[in-house]
Amino acid sequence: MIPTVEQIRELLSAGGAKSALLVDREELVAVANFLKTDPQLRFDFCSCVTAVDYLQQGYIEVVYHLYSVALKHGPLALKVRAPRALEQCRVPSLTLVWRGCEFQEREAYDLFGVKFDGHPDLRRILMWDEFVDHPMRKDYVPPMDYEWEPTPHGETLARAKAQGGYVPASAREAGK
Amino acid sequence: MSGTGFIETQTLEVSLGPQHPSTHGVFRMDVVLEGETVVKLKPVMGYLHRNHEKLAENMTWLGSMPYTDRLDYFCSMTNNWAYALAVEKMTGLKVPERAEYIRVIMAELTRLLNHACAIGFLFSDCGAWFTPILYALRERERILDFFETVSGARMMCNYMRFGGVRVDLDDAAMAMARDLVARWPAFLDEFEKLLLGNEVFLARTQGVGILPRELAINASISGPMARASGVEYDIRKVDKYGVYDRFDFRVPVGERGDVFDRFMIRLLEMRESVKILQQALRDIPPGPVLAPEAKLRNFKVPAGDGYARIEAPKGELGFYLVSDGGTKPYRYHVRPPSFINLTVLEDMCLGHKVADVVIILGSVDIVLGEVDR
Amino acid sequence: MNGFPGKGLLDGLLVTAKNFVGSYFDGHRKERLFTWQYPEERMKLPERSRTFPFLVYDGSPENLRCTACKICEAECPPQCIYIVMDRDAHGKPLHRPKVFTIDTSVCMQCGICAEVCPFDSIKMDCDFERSRPGRFGELLAHLSDLLKSNEYYHQIKPAEAARVDATRRPIKRPPAAAAPPGKK
Repeated sequence: MIPTVEQIRELLSAGGAKSALLVDREELVAVANFLKTDPQLRFDFCSCVTAVDYLQQGYIEVVYHLYSVALKHGPLALKVRAPRALEQCRVPSLTLVWRGCEFQEREAYDLFGVKFDGHPDLRRILMWDEFVDHPMRKDYVPPMDYEWEPTPHGETLARAKAQGGYVPASAREAGK
Repeated sequence: MSGTGFIETQTLEVSLGPQHPSTHGVFRMDVVLEGETVVKLKPVMGYLHRNHEKLAENMTWLGSMPYTDRLDYFCSMTNNWAYALAVEKMTGLKVPERAEYIRVIMAELTRLLNHACAIGFLFSDCGAWFTPILYALRERERILDFFETVSGARMMCNYMRFGGVRVDLDDAAMAMARDLVARWPAFLDEFEKLLLGNEVFLARTQGVGILPRELAINASISGPMARASGVEYDIRKVDKYGVYDRFDFRVPVGERGDVFDRFMIRLLEMRESVKILQQALRDIPPGPVLAPEAKLRNFKVPAGDGYARIEAPKGELGFYLVSDGGTKPYRYHVRPPSFINLTVLEDMCLGHKVADVVIILGSVDIVLGEVDR
Repeated sequence: MNGFPGKGLLDGLLVTAKNFVGSYFDGHRKERLFTWQYPEERMKLPERSRTFPFLVYDGSPENLRCTACKICEAECPPQCIYIVMDRDAHGKPLHRPKVFTIDTSVCMQCGICAEVCPFDSIKMDCDFERSRPGRFGELLAHLSDLLKSNEYYHQIKPAEAARVDATRRPIKRPPAAAAPPGKK
């Protein structure tokens, strides 16, 4: 359901975490086009595109932060959710609406596994092409790092593990 | 195989980088050439990917601050400020006035050193081996000495805290800052005399790498690159974060959006930064530099998300943070200007020669620490 | 551009010529000749300049300020500090470190450990000439490497050390428990 201009205005003046518009996947492109072309809103600048992995809630949320260069207002956060399972994690791409989403959607695909339908060139951008799995997911387990060499820092890492800090998998293996 | 007339030609795929003195870091471009003319260009990045965003999920809110220094490693102060701003937005911490002025001073000094070096590197890409850079570096050294006097480190300053700055500027530091700023107009005059009229440079950069205004807005280009294309958007004037609304400065906007315009915008922005610095150093009030309720340890941010951005020297640097109410971020995302400004690299380079590709990349002014994080 | 063709180039060349010739008549480290010929000449570093951490003791190394509270270990972003508290024969904490190692190959000199220490015991040194021939082990700083006297602290950072001396309270450690009779 495409929101009205008044609803958007309310969100903008609320500001902060409340200025978020959650839409369904099917309506995303229509809402985006409306936000961009409506003469009173004119959100022509898509500043930031990112994904957040909500492991407990079971979805990955893609967030678009929109500003208006013409009317100098913003930000408006446009949020859309997709299930975490890799085959179902698809969201329509907004690259054809805002070209600036191109690299950032590629990054969300690379690091989170969210596929953007309609993206002109969806492939990995930060990790190398043969890389497997998506590192920023909360349940990502790094592979055995065969280049890891034991250093005195290993004891510190064991200590950190005991205190609940991040320990790479290779050190976890070696410490057992 | 293609051909014009009776000569059959082939396209040549060249990989420019990742180790190449003019690519501003480990960055590769796969270029397809027809003779010397570019017909296709794909940027390849990720050689400096350090997974800063995942590291931040395992560290306290303050522990990420030294890592933000290493994002755009030329401009550590502005990176710190953007992160501190995002956290302050989510927690509602009020920054004391003196700290706001100090932040503006540090940010504008960072802008000076970044633009001077960016111009220097652009000239190095054009083939003026190192002379303009050394002029810029000579002045940059003074600013880095000032940063060392204040924060203890030249580049990785780790100076801003949530709710203010780490330590105050004493009288000796203030005198050093005033002396530093007083030298800049003369340096800028000398720099302009050295570079601005150079006919070789003008011939190489005017009309090269044109970015149309509509494409700049649609592709989320920000910073001097967008303003050179005619987009009148400066976050210091639009968002008015910090105390920027108290200073009188202009925002230069270009017309054509070619490499020469981007160079000119940076040159003019340096003059405006000097103006802001003079006003800030004159008006800075006494007082505390850290909010009394700011804590170093066990610092919790209320649950929710927030996005804050600043006008970093390279463009719009934003931080999107999601908190679950604890001492560590749930999601920490950096919106890097250099990364997004590279979206239009192919559009700007098509039809130009390979040598122009290097100059166009130099005018985008990227830093790989920010592109790859 | 106004002027004859080539004027811009000549203007630029005049600037470089002025700097080149001026560097001979500049006197030491004024405008044109600004290189420090290290290691014969060294810059005087500003007081706040920081490199790696060190531990402060008052008087003798046994009288170190560190109580092994492990706050610096917890707050260190790359987790390069490793501390083990010294305990007496009964396992009671003696509030001094038995092991205190900093892996200087990991340390990123951010200074957060010095900022959070409640006992003013870990401070940032300014010694940067620390290269070692080996890669493993040599860059690990042990307790004996890290302990430096308060006089050294006053020497490298006089204003800061004076401020610390004026505001800190001396550390009182509980005496070690006496061994009960019949047990060693």
